[in-house]
Amino acid sequence: MHDANANRAAQTFAPLTASAVLVNPVGLHARPSVKLTQCAKGFAAKIEIALAADGPWTDAKSPVKVMRVKAPQGATLYFRVAGPDGDAALAAMLALVHDGFGEA
Amino acid sequence: MGEIHLTGHPASPGLAIGPVAVLTRAVASRATKGDPAQEAAALKTAIERAAVELAELIATVHGEAAEILEFQVAMLGDDALAEGAYEAIAGGTVADQAWRAALDAEIAGYRAADEEYFRARAADLVDIRDRVLAGLNGADAIAKISGDSVVTGDDISPSTFLAVDWTRGGAIALASGSPSSHVAMLARSRGAPMVVGLGPLPWNGQPPSLALVDGDSGTVIFDPKPETRRLFERRMAAANAAKIAADAGRLKPALTADGRRIAVLLNVAAPDDLAGLDPAICDGIGLVRTEFLFEGSRGLPGEDTQYAVYRRILEWAAGRPVTIRTLDAGGDKPIPGVTVDGERNPFLGLRGIRLSLARPEVFRVQLRALCRAAVHGTLKVMLPMVAIPSELDRANAMLDSEFAALGAEGIACARPPLGIMVEVPSAALCAEDFGAAFYSIGSNDLTQYTMAAARDIGAVADLNDAGHPAVLALIARTVEAGRKRGVEVSLCGDAAADTRLTKALLATGLTTLSVSPIAVARLKAAIAGVSA
Repeated sequence: MHDANANRAAQTFAPLTASAVLVNPVGLHARPSVKLTQCAKGFAAKIEIALAADGPWTDAKSPVKVMRVKAPQGATLYFRVAGPDGDAALAAMLALVHDGFGEA
Repeated sequence: MGEIHLTGHPASPGLAIGPVAVLTRAVASRATKGDPAQEAAALKTAIERAAVELAELIATVHGEAAEILEFQVAMLGDDALAEGAYEAIAGGTVADQAWRAALDAEIAGYRAADEEYFRARAADLVDIRDRVLAGLNGADAIAKISGDSVVTGDDISPSTFLAVDWTRGGAIALASGSPSSHVAMLARSRGAPMVVGLGPLPWNGQPPSLALVDGDSGTVIFDPKPETRRLFERRMAAANAAKIAADAGRLKPALTADGRRIAVLLNVAAPDDLAGLDPAICDGIGLVRTEFLFEGSRGLPGEDTQYAVYRRILEWAAGRPVTIRTLDAGGDKPIPGVTVDGERNPFLGLRGIRLSLARPEVFRVQLRALCRAAVHGTLKVMLPMVAIPSELDRANAMLDSEFAALGAEGIACARPPLGIMVEVPSAALCAEDFGAAFYSIGSNDLTQYTMAAARDIGAVADLNDAGHPAVLALIARTVEAGRKRGVEVSLCGDAAADTRLTKALLATGLTTLSVSPIAVARLKAAIAGVSA
C-alpha cells in the first residue's frame, strides 16, 4: 500500500530522526503497536521505525509490520520521519514512547 | 479410568469444578472454488466480514477485552497481513489455502520469538486466521460453550473466550497456552480460573466428564474420586467464604481490629475508572491524575473541556471529598508542547509544580477550570512535586487571582483549598513550614528520592523500598506536622495498596489511604487485621 503523496513528501522533506527507549512493560506489544500505528496514520509524513540507527526500517503505519519488529522492553526505538508535518509527527511518536503508551 | 492429576502453570487464580468441554476445531472445506480474481474477491469479503464480526463483538465488551479485539481489527485492516495470500492466489492457489499458508507463516514468526509475550500473541493470529477461514468455508466461527464448563484443549482463542459467560463458574485447562496470553489476562479480570501448559491431554476418544481446576497452584484433576472431589469442594467453600467476606467489607467503612476508623480513598487516572463503581466503596477520591487530559495529539485541553471532566468526577462522588492533582508532567511523563525535551535527568528537572509555575498560561487555565468545578462538590486541589513553601505561595496567589477574575466575570466558582503532595524529602522534613490545606504523601516518588533508586531499574529495584525505616520516618514526620497544624494527611502512592505495609503505615499515625478501585476490598480486609 504505497501512498504516492507520502513518497513525494519523502523526496521534498529532509528526513528527521530520533530515538527513545521503550519503557513500558513487555515492549512494543499489541496495544502499543495499535496506538503507535493509529497515531502514525494521523500524519501525512512517512514514518518508519527500527531497532538500530541504520535500519532496517519498518513502516510505522502498518500494525502487522510493527508487530513483526518484536521490540522488547528496554530496546531503543529509532524513528525516521519525512513529510510536511514531520516535526509534529516525530514529537507525537516520541511522546507516545516516553509515556510508555499510557501503560507505565 | 482412575483420576488423572496434571500439573501445569497457574494463569488465573481461583478454584473451579465443572463438566469438561473439549474445544474442537470445525474443519469445513470450501464448497466452491473460482478463478484467481474470484478467489481474491472471496478472501477480501471474508476478511471484511471478520472485521465486521469483531466490531460487533467489541460493542458488547469493555476495557481490556475490547482492546484485545481492537488489536485483531487493526491487524485485519492492514493489507500487509494478506499480502502473501493475494500473491499466492494470483499464482493459482485457492483462497483458503493461500490465507492459511500466509497466516501460518506469520504465526510461526511469533512462535519463534525470544520473548514469551510475543510468543503468546500467536493465539491472536490463530484467532484471526480461523475467523477468516470460517467465513471462507461458510462455517460458524465459534461453537457454543456452556459457562459452567472446564474448557480444555490445546489453546483457546480470545474470540472463543469472549463468547462464554464466565460468571457461571467455569474454568480453563490447556495443554499448551501461556500465562501471558490475552485470554489469560481476560481470565484474570473476569475471575475465571485458568491453568496452562498441562502437556498432552492423556486420553484418546472419550474425554473425562468432570474436572477440578486449581488456578492457584496450576493443577487440574480429571475424573476425581468422590473423596478428592469432596476435599476440593470444601476448599472451594472456604475460599468463597473468604472472598464474600472481603467483597462485603468493600462497602463498609474500614476499621482496624481495635476499632480505629481509616478513610479509604480512590486513585483515579481518568473518569472511565469510575464507570460502574458504587461511590459507597470509598470515603472519597484521594487522587485524580489530570495528565490524561493533556495526552494525545489533540493539543492542550481548553478550560471548558477540563471543567466538564472535573465536574463529572465531583458529581460521581456525590458530596464526598475529591482531590484533584494539577498537571504532573515532566520526569517520566513528557507532554508535547508543555514539557522541555532533552533534560539530562528529567526526574530532577522541570516537572510537576515547577513546570506549572514556568508555564503560567497553561496552569491558569487549569486553575480556572478547577474553580468553576468546585461549585459541584467538595473539591480539594493538590500540587505535585512541591519542594519549598514559596512554590505553594505562588500557586495560592495565582489561584486567588483566577478565582477573583471568574467572580468579576460573573461566572459561578468557588475557591478550593490548596494542599501539597509530599514526595520530595525536603517537603517531608519541613512539612510544618508549608501553609498547605492538607498533605498527601506520594510514596512512589518519596521512596525513589529518599533511596536514590528507581523501581523500574532492575539492578537497584531492591533499594526502592517504601517500607524502609527512612521512608517511614519521613511519612511519620509529615503525619506529625499535619497533627500540629490541624490538617489532614493522606498517602496515595502504591505503598497504600501493598497490604504487607498496611500495619507499618498505620503505625506512623496515618488514618487516610488512597488506592486504585481494584485494591479497595483487599486493603479494607488488611486494615481489619491491624491492631495497635
